[in-house]
Amino acid sequence: WLPVVGLEIHAQISSNSKLFSGSQVQFAAPPNSLVSFFDASLPGTLPVLNRRCVEAAVMTGLALNCSINKKSLFDRKHYFYADLPAGYQITQKRVPIAVNGSLSYSLCIDNKMSRMVTKTVRIKQIQLEQDSGKSLHDDTRSQTLVDLNRAGVGLMEVVMEPDMCCGEEAAAAVRELQLILQTLGSSKAIMAEGQLRVDANVSVHHPGEPYGVRTEVKNINSVRFLAKAIDYEIQRQIEELENGGTILNETRAFDSKLGCTISMRDKEGKQDYRFMPEPNLPPLILYDAKSLPANRNHQQVVNIDWIRERLPDLPSVKRAKLVELYGILPEHSFTLLNEDGLAEYFENVIKHTQMKPKKVIGWVLKELLSYLKEHALAVKDSPVSSFLLADLLNLLERKEISSSAAKQVFEELWKGEGKTPLEIVKEKHLELLRDQEELEQICQAVIDRQEDEVMAIKAGNQKVLNKLIGLVQRATRGRSNPVLVKQILEKKL
Amino acid sequence: EQVPAAVLEHLERLALVDFRDAEGVQRLREAVRFAERLHEVDTEGVEPMDSVLEDRCLYLREDDVTEGNCTKELLKNAREKIEEYFVAPPGNIPLPKLEERETFEQQS
Repeated sequence: WLPVVGLEIHAQISSNSKLFSGSQVQFAAPPNSLVSFFDASLPGTLPVLNRRCVEAAVMTGLALNCSINKKSLFDRKHYFYADLPAGYQITQKRVPIAVNGSLSYSLCIDNKMSRMVTKTVRIKQIQLEQDSGKSLHDDTRSQTLVDLNRAGVGLMEVVMEPDMCCGEEAAAAVRELQLILQTLGSSKAIMAEGQLRVDANVSVHHPGEPYGVRTEVKNINSVRFLAKAIDYEIQRQIEELENGGTILNETRAFDSKLGCTISMRDKEGKQDYRFMPEPNLPPLILYDAKSLPANRNHQQVVNIDWIRERLPDLPSVKRAKLVELYGILPEHSFTLLNEDGLAEYFENVIKHTQMKPKKVIGWVLKELLSYLKEHALAVKDSPVSSFLLADLLNLLERKEISSSAAKQVFEELWKGEGKTPLEIVKEKHLELLRDQEELEQICQAVIDRQEDEVMAIKAGNQKVLNKLIGLVQRATRGRSNPVLVKQILEKKL
Repeated sequence: EQVPAAVLEHLERLALVDFRDAEGVQRLREAVRFAERLHEVDTEGVEPMDSVLEDRCLYLREDDVTEGNCTKELLKNAREKIEEYFVAPPGNIPLPKLEERETFEQQS
């Protein structure tokens, strides 16, 4: 069976005001407080296009390698629902603002971070359209409460061709799109706040045969659930077909608690949206350096080349730069970019420490990141700042403390009591033992105690030496330099 | 020509317009006949227009917050409201099927 997965992604544009009106865009606000007369579809109101939304769509189109349509059109898509006061949505059906792009993303093979493949998914188009209001269903009182704060907010719909074959690929593609949008600033793309909504189109077929009937899966609230929902639906379709059943071309909702998809079949039958051109908006014309009109007000002109020149480094470029500049592994660069602020943290530590980047990365990805994850903290809320970590790593690099002592200091720093690494080292007496004699005495004591191990080493089993080194470390409470200890032990044996 | 009952029902459902009686259906027939006259014009090779204003410039607005904050005024139009939310039925109430409704077509 060959599964086929396509995605329709709605990204809320990050702007101050809405797509066609001057009311504010904000996540949590008192109901119906961010609504203009146009948003409420009161008679006599007209749409006025927000320039920032156009720029956001052009930026996104360029970042996704699309052709930008210098002339695009707006249309009305009609359907009745309480959160769509006008009875239609203004969208771009005939000629959207951007078409024919691509998105490259990476996957780990076999769940091992060390082997990554790059895949590409084609972007069919990007279109500008209005968001609808929000419906709160009150089943007990058999009514729906409608809040129009979201009605009219600008959306970019990104349509991905069915080039993906499973939940993992779809999740990776969406994650990369999310990072791109956040880097561009065209959308904050936080799924939990509804700024990024993903619908999946899923079908299965046998190789060589035509594509199967597809279903649309909605109500997916996180990247993790996206993979689950798609994989469940693929399984469901395979089982249905193998049992001799058929797949209906329908919409299904993902239930995250049950981990399954449920039919949302509409009793009213197939929708006819009666698309028509939006009569109140002439075509949207975009310019480039060559076609720039001479006598037009700058504020009225969107110049594609001007926007292209100002695009920031995309995640893939940033990762490549990190790998080249610091000699870290590609999979490290992925982790750095995956956590908000982690790459900047890493670079700041590098700036303030003598330790080589290849060693620093271990501390950032292992110690810092695991502590952050354990306490569910974002990088910006870390009790250990990049400056503190750099200080600590300097002590380690200058061989004033051992690596295990450094870990103890880190744990102490995490408490956020305002002490510096040096203060903690002094407080807990974690400095490396400099007294050669004392060290030799401790080593001798260990040798004297561990008769069996000494015999094994003398017989040729060098690995047991590590156990002795460990015991010396324990005896010195982590204050001994393992390299030195090894030398002393080897000399004595 | 007669407008088939299935088409009438479909139109009523899409547009929520009730062609309540013979006069309504007649008016529909005349509207269709009027529009069909467009076929008499040879439009070979001519790009269709969306509106006579389509060569105007599409005005672009600055991204400033200039409206909103008029909850009370908006809710004045609401028949029912709860704590500043508009109240609507739980979902779309489907139109009953043509056979179940009392219309001219059923009676004829």
